This record gives sequence, C-alpha cells and structure tokens, in this order.
Amino acid sequence: MTRIFAYIVHKAGVADDSAAELVAAAKMIDDAASPTAILTGYGTELDTVCGSLRDTYAEIWKVAKEDLAYPNAELVRKALLEVLPQGCILLVPHNHFGIDLSPGLSIKMNAAFVSDVVNIESIKGANLKLVRQEFGGQLSAHVRCDVSSGAVLNTRPGAFKPLEGSALNGLVLDKSPLVGALTTKRHFVETIVADAGGVDISKEPVLVSIGRGIQERDNVAIAQELADTIGAVVSCSRPVVDAKWLEKSRQVGTSGKTVKPKVYLACGISGSFQHLAGIKGNPFLVAINKNPKAPIFQVADVGIVDDLLEFLPELTNRIRESVLSKR
Amino acid sequence: MGAAFLSPEQATYWFIPGWWLFLAIHVLGLTCFGYIVTKRLVPLVQGAPDFRFDRPWLRLQKVLQFWLGQWKHPRYKFAGILHILIFAGFIVLAIRAFAVLLLGAQQNFLSQSPPGMIGHWYEIVTEYAATVVFLCMVVAIGRRVFFKPARYAVPAKYGKGHDADAVFLLALIALLMIADSLYQASRTASLVQQGQIVELPAMLSLPWFIRNVLSVTPFSTLWNLYRGAYIVHQLTFYFLLCYRPFGIQFHVETSLFNIFFAKLDRGTVKPVKWDVSDEQSDQLKSLGVKRFEDFTWKHMLDFYSCADCGRCSDNCPANAVGRPLSPRFLTIKARDYSFEHYRVFGGSDGDQPLVGNIYSQDEIWSCTTCGACEEECPLLVEYIDKIVDLRRGLIDDGNVPQTLQRPLKALESRGNPYGKLEKKRAEWVKAAEFRHQCDVKILDESEAAETLFFVDSITSYDDRMQSIGRATAKILNRAGVDFGILGTKEKDSGHEVRRFGEEMLFRALRDDNVQAIRGSGVQRIVTADPHAFNSLKHDYKNLPPVEHISQLIARHLKSGQLHLKPVEDQSKVYAYHDPCYLGRHNHIYDDPRYVLDAIPGLRRVEMKRSRDRSFCCGGGGLMLFYEPKEEQRMGVVRVKMAAEAGANVIVTACPCCMANIEDAIKVAGLEGKMIATDLAELVEKQMTDNGPQIKPQLVQKQNELATVAHSS
Amino acid sequence: MEILVCIKRVPDTSENEIELNSNGNDIERDDLVYSVNEADNYAVEEALQIVAREGGNVTVVTVGSDEDDESLRREMAMGANRGVLISDEAFSSSDGKGIATILKAYVQQEHYDLILTGVQAEDSAAQIGGMLAAMLDYPFAALVNSIQVMDARKLKITREIEGGSKEVNEIELPCVLSIQTGINEPRYVGMKGIRQVASLNIPTLGLSELRVDASAVGEFAARVKREDYFVPAMGEGAEILQGSREVIIEKLIELMRAKGALK
Repeated sequence: MTRIFAYIVHKAGVADDSAAELVAAAKMIDDAASPTAILTGYGTELDTVCGSLRDTYAEIWKVAKEDLAYPNAELVRKALLEVLPQGCILLVPHNHFGIDLSPGLSIKMNAAFVSDVVNIESIKGANLKLVRQEFGGQLSAHVRCDVSSGAVLNTRPGAFKPLEGSALNGLVLDKSPLVGALTTKRHFVETIVADAGGVDISKEPVLVSIGRGIQERDNVAIAQELADTIGAVVSCSRPVVDAKWLEKSRQVGTSGKTVKPKVYLACGISGSFQHLAGIKGNPFLVAINKNPKAPIFQVADVGIVDDLLEFLPELTNRIRESVLSKR
Repeated sequence: MGAAFLSPEQATYWFIPGWWLFLAIHVLGLTCFGYIVTKRLVPLVQGAPDFRFDRPWLRLQKVLQFWLGQWKHPRYKFAGILHILIFAGFIVLAIRAFAVLLLGAQQNFLSQSPPGMIGHWYEIVTEYAATVVFLCMVVAIGRRVFFKPARYAVPAKYGKGHDADAVFLLALIALLMIADSLYQASRTASLVQQGQIVELPAMLSLPWFIRNVLSVTPFSTLWNLYRGAYIVHQLTFYFLLCYRPFGIQFHVETSLFNIFFAKLDRGTVKPVKWDVSDEQSDQLKSLGVKRFEDFTWKHMLDFYSCADCGRCSDNCPANAVGRPLSPRFLTIKARDYSFEHYRVFGGSDGDQPLVGNIYSQDEIWSCTTCGACEEECPLLVEYIDKIVDLRRGLIDDGNVPQTLQRPLKALESRGNPYGKLEKKRAEWVKAAEFRHQCDVKILDESEAAETLFFVDSITSYDDRMQSIGRATAKILNRAGVDFGILGTKEKDSGHEVRRFGEEMLFRALRDDNVQAIRGSGVQRIVTADPHAFNSLKHDYKNLPPVEHISQLIARHLKSGQLHLKPVEDQSKVYAYHDPCYLGRHNHIYDDPRYVLDAIPGLRRVEMKRSRDRSFCCGGGGLMLFYEPKEEQRMGVVRVKMAAEAGANVIVTACPCCMANIEDAIKVAGLEGKMIATDLAELVEKQMTDNGPQIKPQLVQKQNELATVAHSS
Repeated sequence: MEILVCIKRVPDTSENEIELNSNGNDIERDDLVYSVNEADNYAVEEALQIVAREGGNVTVVTVGSDEDDESLRREMAMGANRGVLISDEAFSSSDGKGIATILKAYVQQEHYDLILTGVQAEDSAAQIGGMLAAMLDYPFAALVNSIQVMDARKLKITREIEGGSKEVNEIELPCVLSIQTGINEPRYVGMKGIRQVASLNIPTLGLSELRVDASAVGEFAARVKREDYFVPAMGEGAEILQGSREVIIEKLIELMRAKGALK
C-alpha cells in the first residue's frame, strides 16, 4: 500500500486541529495504514509540536531549517520534495496554507491533486473514490482519483472526525539533512494581525447572526461569546446596524453583505426577504426565535423555538464543557 | 436759483452736461451688461441641446402662472408674501425706472409721467410701490441678520455663508428706492417751498416722508439732493444690473426665461441626448453628464436662475436625514463652477470632471427622485433630470457601488433585481388559500383579458408584498374586471433602472415588456405599484391607458359596484402616506383619500407633510438595495410624523413604501403601537360580499365575470 | 506591464438554484445564468487598476468552448485589451493539471510579467494558479488581497490568512497570483459597454496553434474525474427540535459538529 503522509500545520508550538483529522482521513483510505506526520519549522517550537504528535502518529518526520521558521509555502514545497518518497499520498488541510502549497506541490511530485475533500469512500486498486462539494456547497460530487503515481489530497477542516483513543509512541525522525539550501523568489516580510474592526463576514464559514430579538446593545455580547467559543463571527440583520449596536460591515442582506457560510445561526431574526437574500449557497441554517410563526422557520433547516437570550448562553456553556472534556 | 428745478439732463455735473453724463452712463451700463450677459451665455452655447421651443402657448401659460402669478411663493407664507410684494413692486417700478432713465438721456424730455388721471394714479401706485419695496428690503435684511431662517444656512463644507452678499444686495435695492424717492421728494419740496401748487406724494409713502423731512431744507441743498439722488439712482441701477449676473440675483433677469423653458412633461426623464435617437445613442462614446459642458443649456440656465432660497433642500428627504445630498448646493456648486471656469473677465477653461471635483458619488446616488425639490422651487429649477444624467455618466464609467451592481446584473439576466428565477415570477398566484378564492389568468396564447394587472418585481417576488398582489387581484375580481397578468413574460418595469442611469438596460426591459403587453391584446392596464404606474404611463410609449388601483377602486365605489363595510376597531386612527410616484409626480392625492373615507367609521388624520409635500419613505426599486450614508432612515422620520399626527395605522399605496415603512416601524421602536397597511389590502379586507360565496368552478366564474363586465 | 488573467465562465451561484438533472450526472443547466467567476472578475479589475497606474496591457484568456466567448467579451467591455479563447475537442474533460498544461503552452508563446487567476471557481478546486506556476517555475502566492508594484521586477503582496490577518510577501516577476474576492471594487459593466465590444475579434487557439502534447491533456490524461453529482441526505423544511432545552442543545451541538461549525 502506498505510504501516506500528513502535513502538520502548527503555530507557536501547537499543532493545528487538522493534525488529528488527517489521521482519520488516512484511515479511511486504508484502515491498516499508519500515516507519517511531516512538518517543517525551526527550533524548540517545532520540537514541541513533534512531541505532541507522538500520541497520534507512529512516525514523525521533522524538517528543521531556519529558513522554514515561518511557513512559506514556496520554501516548504521545495523542502518536501527533497524528503517525500516517490508515489506517496500526502494529506494536507485545505486552509490558507494548503491552498497555497498543494497544487504546485502536486505538479512537482507528478502526483494527482484533489482539493477540499469532505469524505473518502473507497479505494479500488489505484482508484480512490472521494467526495467533494461544488457550487458553494449546494451539491456534492463523487470524484475518482488515480493515485498510481501518488497524490496530494487537501482535506476540508472539520470534515474528518478525529479518531478516539490512540496511544502510540511515535518516533520523531529528523529529516533535515536531506534538505539542501532553499531559495525562493517569494520572501515573507511580516504578518499584519487583523484589528477587531476588520471583519469580513462574507468570507466566514460559520456565522452567529443576530436580529432584533437581541433586544439591546448589551445583549450583543451573548452572541459574541458564542461566536468566540466556536471560532465563528457575529453578523446581523439590518435593524441591529440601524440601532448602531453593530457596525455596517456586519450586516447581511440586500443592502448589506452577501455571505456564503456553511453554517448560519439566525438568532432572533424574523427572516425578512431582504435579509435572507443576502445568504447564498444554501448553508445549514439554524433558526432560534421565540416566535414559532417567524418566517425564518420556513427556510431554516433546523428550528428552535426559544428565547435566544436564555438559549445562547446555555449553548455556549455546553459547547465549552464539551470542548474541555474532549481534551 | 429761484425758479423750478431744471431737469437733470439740463443740469451740469462738475462741468459735464447732465444729458451727456447720463447718456454716457447709459451706454456704459448697457454695454457692460450686454457684455456680461454675452459672456454668461458662452457655456450655454457649448452645452448640450435641449428642445424647449415646443408648445409656446402652454409655456406662456406657465409664465403667467409661475412668473407673473408667483404661484409657488406662498408655500412659504412669510417669505412668499414678501417676495410677491417685492416682485409686484419691481414690475411697477420697472416702468417708472425706464421712464426716469430715459429722461436723463433726452435733452427735451419735459414730462416725467403720463398726463391726466392715468398719470395721477400712476404716480400714486409707483410711490407706494417704492415704499413697499423699501419696507420689504428692511424686513428682508432684518430676517437675514436677526432671524436667520434655517434653510439659508450654509454648512461648513459648502463654504462661507451667503448672508453678507444677500444683505449687500438688499441694501442696494433699498438705496435705489431711497434715491428714487429722494429725487422725487426733493423736487416736490422745492416747489412747495416756493408756494407752487403741486401734487404731493401719496400719504405715508416713502417720498411723502422724505418730503416732510425736507420741508424746510434750503433750496440749494434741495437742488444738490435732487441732482445727487438722480445720479445715485442711475449709478445704483446700473451697478445692480451689472452685478446681478455675478450672483443669485441673476434670477431677476433669467427667471422669465427659466420658467418659459421649463419642463412640461412631468414624470418622465429626458432622453440621453435630445438630438440623438435611441438607436443612435448606442453609438455614443460617452453617455451622461461627466463634465459641466455635458449639461444642456437649460440646465445651465437653471444654475444661473437659482435664487438660493433653500426651499428645495428644506424639503429634500435625503437632506433631512443627513445624506450628502442638498439640491440647493447641487445647483450652487455648479453655478460657482461655471462662474469660476467661464469668467466674465478673462477666458474660460473647463473640461474637468464634475464627480470627484464638485460632486461626490454618494451625493449623486443619494437621491430618491421623490421630486420634492422640483415641487417646491419657485423658479421651476429641475433636478431629477440632472441627477439621472450624472448617474448615466457614472454608469458609463463603471463607477457603480457594489450594492447596486448585483441587482443591476440580476435585472439584466433575470428581469428582476432579486436574481430570482423568471419562471417563479407568477408563483404568488398559486399560494394555497388564495388559489381557491381567486383565479388569476396568465395572459398567453390560450388566455386573454381586457385589462392587464402589471404586477412588477417587488410584488411578484417579495413574500410580504405578494399579499398586496393578492389583495389587488381579489379587488379586481370583485369589481368585475376581466383581468390577467403577464406572468413569466413580465419583466421589471425598469422605472428605477432608468432613474439610476442604466438607460440601455431600461430600454431592454421596456422593449420586452412592450412586446409582451402588445402581444396580449389588453385594452387597459392597472397596477398597484406607483413606480410601475409612472413608468408605464410616462416612460413607455404607445401603450393602452394605465391606471393605479386606487383610481380604479374610487371609480367603482362611486358607481356603486364596490361597497366597503365599516371598520371594526374603533381605536384605529389612519394616516395616509402619499407615495411620491402616485402623489407628487402624478397628482393622485384625492382618489386614495376618497377610498379611505368611503370606509364607514374610519378615522383619518392628515400628517403635517402630505399631498405634494409628502415625505419620501426612503425610495423604491433599486434604492432598496443602496446603502446610503445617513444619520437616520427616511422611513423612521415618516413613521414618527404619523405618530405625531395621532395615527396608529399608516396606509400607503405602494409596495416599496410598505417595505420601508414596516421596517421603520420596528427601527423606531413603534412595534405594537403602529401598523402599516396597503390601500389594496385594507380595501380587500373591508369589501362586502356581493358575489357568490361558494368556490365557483372556473368556467362558471368566467361566465359571471363576462356578465358583470357587459352590464357595467 | 503585460498581465494575463485566466478566467472561467461559471453558473452564477447567487442567481441560480443549483439542482441535479434527471440523470444525476450533471446539474440542470437549462435555466442557468452564467457569468464570469466572481474571483476572476476581481482579478481582472485588479489587473486594470495596475495597468492604469503602471502602463501596459491586460489580456484575458479562458479554456473552454464558443459559449465562453461572451465572458471574454464582458471582461473586454470592462477594459481588458485583448481576449483569447483556447478551445479544442482534444482539450475537453481535462482535469486541473490538463488545463494548467494548456495554459502553460499558451503562456510560453507570449510574454507576460504577471499572471492572475481567481482564488477558486464554482468547483472550489482552487488549483489552476498554483499548478500553472509550478509548471512555469514561476513563484506563486494564493489568496492575494493586495498588490503593490515595487519596481519592474518586484511586487509587494499581502495574502489572506486565518482570523482576517494578512501575510506580507515580496515576490519577483514573472509570477502567478490567485486573487481573493474583496481585493477591490470591480467597476460596473453596463449594457452599453457590452454592445460596444460585440464586434471585436477574439482569436481561438487550438491544439496545433499551442503545440500541446495531446497525450498530456483531455479525458485520457486526466487523473482526477468527477463521476456524478448528488444531494446528501437532509431533512425537509425546518425540523423544529423537540424536547427540553438541554436535549435540544445536545442535538444542536451534534448537528453543528457534523456541519463543520465546531472545531
């Protein structure tokens, strides 16, 4: 069976959640497989991450180079080419880094490439059957990928549920000597951290959206807490902006922003036509509204008739608890 | 001296013979004026053509009504009456002024006024006229300096205030009156002192006061005052004449022409270029107004004619809610631009883009084309055509806010601004309960009807507004009207598309609709959407007659075909909000009120701003998609007006108004205290049953309708 | 600066309801409105703005069929100087690598300083730009949301990374960039503009003109193939969750996790 590698994204010594998800994905390709983690970086941070992966990966390949201290996809690509064996399958999370890295890497590896994979169904010989989504998530598609000369597969973060209970005692191997001097025509300069005001809701995959039901400015914090807990962003309908409880950049609707999230929590939003018209791509829509006759319930996927001012805080707490219990 | 005064032309001024001096001043003054006016006409000659010479009798009528009759002035009572007095005084005095001036140029002009009784009354009238004008100047100056009416204020971003200049001009006119009266009174005083019988000035007139003051003044002083007053009068007259074209007072000269050439056809928008046909305009390199020279000569004349009275901006809803648009300054800035770039002394340079220079993009997109400004302006200055032309320029250059690009693109590809499928345009007729209560014909090869119910986009696709469509259909049904809808063949009327400057897209929509309408063979069109109504009536050509549903209902009530039952809830107080495109643009104020008053027991109040002073709800069509910069929403201001009038129900007759007002009720925090209803929805609710109660078979129903149609 | 923008004509997801056709092998295309892929449109606008500042030309190219002519024209109405249609029977059913191979052949016949693509199209593959760059050995950056020309050979760009933060890079020309939506405000293309470009010439380039190896493109060369479309099983309407608040919360958390809302 072809060797499966998982590229580990990490920051400040902590591995990204996708690290565990990639193991699950690898198992779906071949349940007997023992994927190898591969990561690039430098210094103690890299070592810390490697250490943290020993539970979930049997083998961890580390490429430590000063040039790779910041993950510049151009450099990472070159490094990986020196290390990865011919014909292997590499799993990468489909995020801002994976989008940057993988397509070019697949060409250099002369391997097939499939992006944003949400499910892996089967493998017959060298034909891997995958599931992707198209049209902003409105439809799913079965995709066949010929992995005979290897493949680079970008998996959608959150699509593959990490497996329970593994206690491997992974081995960390230093593959740095295999990599020579790295040059690139793209140089990292710096990172500009976003200030809180610079939120672009139209790019967010998960939105906690509030409407008039939030009732007053002070209650907006309830939605913000939920959003922070699940890594989402708060958006809103027009009345909230008019009341100046949130800035205009948060508004969803015909005279606000068009959003294409995967999940949309409509809290205290009645579901006016002008608001709904700003939601494209048929997301999973959860409506929370104390009025059972609110029009939003006609278009939502799931409805909850309850007072959002009480429901949301409880939801937030419960999620926090479940996250803590996972760790 | 001893004898009577010489005529001024016979006097000598510092060794210069009077008549020579005055002739020289005449020639100089008129030449100057002529030169200045010629220079002022330079940009107009370069401006775009404008066909304004048609229907001269109708134009003359307008001159009599609005220029001579000062028809719009009393809308602001105090200032209006003041101006009417000043205007009347000017007309009277103009005749006298010419006479007096001519006097000075002729050596042997002995008589100053017509003989006999006419002369007597003429003297009196002119004396009072001068007095009235003088008093008005004093009041006007006082108003400017002490009371400072809000609409005269100049916000900092538009520069410094205009008060100093205004007071200066008012003072000069006052001086003119004094000079004239002094000239007259000093002569009379000298004659009286000599014991001659002479006609005294009219009682309590300005000359009368001055004569009394001068009654014991020495003769030689009087002589000097006499000669001095004459020349001051002449110099002041010519100074004013030549100064007026440099400011807002130019309206004194241009107002007559501005009103003669005013737009006659309400409701529609000017073509892209008057001298270019629709087909040819496809080939034009540049559409719309981008530079000052792209304005038509009449629009430039508008800029000259603005009297800076501020009535337009005072009534402009965009201005009231803090949008960057102020019609008054739209005009003043353009005028200042033309003064700066087409100089009287010196050359002209021009050709700079207007937007980004004197105008901002937001300013131009902020207008809802409600027409309040045009309704108010006493000089009939036009605004909507200019805004549309400026928008055409922006569209041509691709400068369109992203919020408007989406609905425009959707209109192009789907015929509606929401981007919804064409085939779902008539889905609203299939709503569960409604389907059984009312059958709506879709006009195609198999179905025909006498009347077309043009639904338009918002009523077809917006879940809330669909109920207006259903209510209208039920009313038509009950009224025995044989009607149908175009269904999927209907496209957006394009009313806002045109007014937002996308002329080509408008034509595409219009042509498709016209084809569908003609193909259906209908004899009449009715709609519940005032935007569609206005477009079909004025923008479209060669269509069967178009009506708004309120007109139809009123007619059927008067003829007894429709009956309305009394209101049940006595606590409801109704206020009717005049939609801009039903009311102001089309003068339909009474029919909707008649309908409401025909509901027994309905308590109705009028809002402070109603009928032609109605306050725009926020705009319809594409305006519902635009994201303006404003301090509050127009709808909120309107809803508060309704509450102030004591109403708890706002009735409107436009789905766009409904969208804005229902939203505003929530934003204003009046949910539960105020509701909004459409006129059609209300009528449908209150209609009495005078038709069969059971759900009829389709065929039976058509027969009944046919019977009713033939008998009505 | 000579800029090439690779565009794609796609069904407009905001104005269409995407449904399966009766065979289940494709979407129902009868009622669809097509337009230029949104991200590609932003890329063209960006190219036009760069050229307005620095001088140069913008060329738009697409790999497709005759129907794609209208998309090229729309971008030319927006201001692109030249449009090129790449079309050949042999190219149909190419996978991402095949398309990139075709584009590479075209690029090598011309001279471009900068190549732009949109981040992703309706298939969310987000691959062409990166593949093309690797084939050409040009540096690449994905998710670019600002471009500044430093000099004739270098750009300063920022990339969109998590949390709305930006990664600043310097990149040498020639390079390939994939452009994220929101980088600018694309100008409006009115009906007048579209009519005026209706008669402009758009050359079509095929297999022979591009000198592409036929075995590297097309159906048989493709290693990634979409087999069908399907709708994953979901409930109808709004399923109103029943039970006590705790029960509902648990159900909701599970659903959110399944949909990827919880990390």
